[in-house]
Amino acid sequence: MKSLMKLTWVEAKLFLREPASAFFTLVFPLMYLFLNGLISGNNPSPMYGGQNAIDASIPGLTAMVICMAGLMSITMTMATYREREILRRMRTTPVTPLIVLCAHVIVVFAMTCLGMLLLIAAGILVYNVQLEGNVFSMFAGFTLSSLSIFGIGFILAGTMPTVRTAWVVGMVLLYPMLLLSGAFFSVEILPAAVQRISALMPLTYVVNLLSGLWVGQPWGNHLLDAGVLLGILVLGVVISARTFRWE
Amino acid sequence: MNNVIQVNGLRKVYKTTVAVDEVSFEVREGEIYGMVGPNGAGKTTTIECLEGLRKPDAGEIRILGVDPQRESKFLRERTGIQLQQSNLPDRIRVWEALDLYTSFYPKAADWKALLGDLGLEEKRNAPFAKLSGGQKQRLFIALALLPDPQLVFLDELTTGLDPQARHAIWDLVRDVRARGKTVMLTTHFMEEAEKLCDRVAILDHGRIVALDTPAALIRSLEMEERVVFNLEGTLPPDLEKALPDKAWLEVDGNRVVIHGSNHRQVPLVSEVVNLLTAQAILFHDLHTEQPNLEDVFLSLTGRKMRE
Repeated sequence: MKSLMKLTWVEAKLFLREPASAFFTLVFPLMYLFLNGLISGNNPSPMYGGQNAIDASIPGLTAMVICMAGLMSITMTMATYREREILRRMRTTPVTPLIVLCAHVIVVFAMTCLGMLLLIAAGILVYNVQLEGNVFSMFAGFTLSSLSIFGIGFILAGTMPTVRTAWVVGMVLLYPMLLLSGAFFSVEILPAAVQRISALMPLTYVVNLLSGLWVGQPWGNHLLDAGVLLGILVLGVVISARTFRWE
Repeated sequence: MNNVIQVNGLRKVYKTTVAVDEVSFEVREGEIYGMVGPNGAGKTTTIECLEGLRKPDAGEIRILGVDPQRESKFLRERTGIQLQQSNLPDRIRVWEALDLYTSFYPKAADWKALLGDLGLEEKRNAPFAKLSGGQKQRLFIALALLPDPQLVFLDELTTGLDPQARHAIWDLVRDVRARGKTVMLTTHFMEEAEKLCDRVAILDHGRIVALDTPAALIRSLEMEERVVFNLEGTLPPDLEKALPDKAWLEVDGNRVVIHGSNHRQVPLVSEVVNLLTAQAILFHDLHTEQPNLEDVFLSLTGRKMRE
């Protein structure tokens, strides 16, 4: 327990000292939010199917934060720690893989929360956004979404042979997902063929779930989304536990 | 005295290459035991089997009386390990690394004292990536000492360091032994093994070819030693005949080198000095060149270490 707390604390400091990870989880989504605000203010926008632009973009940008954290921070940190033999040094101590994995999940989850809270705070303070859904329900959906996407990051880190391949595969998954999952603009405005591709992307289910919970829809409307994410989460835990390598 | 390490018939094969073959030895409590040999001789494979990081294909290993594969938790808490290759995150500060690793052990040494002992006090807040090679190595030794271990493994601890840093590290290792700990190290510097180790195993192609104290290893083989001096005036023509058994002489201007075996009753240098004094030959800057472990390796394997 002592080692989990210390490791989490140190990893949190290291996360914030790494300019790229802190920028993409905390600063970049805010920049996007303000850019959106400059373009259309918080007015109804066809990009979001007629919803107010800022209202609609907060769940989407939260999904983006989750995805960047899961596919960039988790994948890169774990793959780099293994390739640079940082894990190898830890292996010579009594610390267990479970503690190492938990510390990373806690840190990246906390940073993702912070990213979401910054977005919501900016939305409320600058654009008078209102959360119509239930706060706890929204947080539960956010937690499920985060852990599920983080699982994909751990699978990549565990199965890719080098940091380079993990990076390339992570990017190849990340960018199409950001564009086609509804994180930046509504999937409904895309052609039907592209919508079918969207349906294959885990992030699409995150966006659907969070957007629904954000405007107060019940979980009952999103059983498919929740089911898919739960499935990915279980798969992520099983595969990352099996593929964990110290070196 | 107790054996801290006991190895019998250790064997490790990678695909078709036999990395370690029938290696047996023991390490006694409180000694600095060295394993020396060229790159690829099987030193790191051996030490990593002892550390429990690799599983041997055959043979029996007992570390502090237990099997490192079965009792890894027990040993991780009681042994300190410095790996040949490993790293810390670039941006972690020296004190953070020590504080973090302290939390991994149930009973850890005081890292603040280690910081001072290893001369890292000034680098307390420096990020790992900004440390010099010698400073990183000292930090790794500090991490290896954190569990307050009975046994410390040091794998190639001075590779890549300049001579000054290397001597400083040697002093640190002697300090570790002075605290009552046992040290097992590997090196490919013969000089390091000779100056630092109480006993040395010479490894070549995965086998131990010799094992003893450095002095005994050197004494055990008949090798050449030399007495070198500068002459004042000229050399009497019959001097070579007067030289002791099998010794011979080489002259280059004023400089004289007398070669002889290291296996003799009276040391070569005494015989030479007696002879020069008896014949009233004036000399200065006399010194001897003794065979070293490098020569032992050459004579055992027919190859030079650096090849």
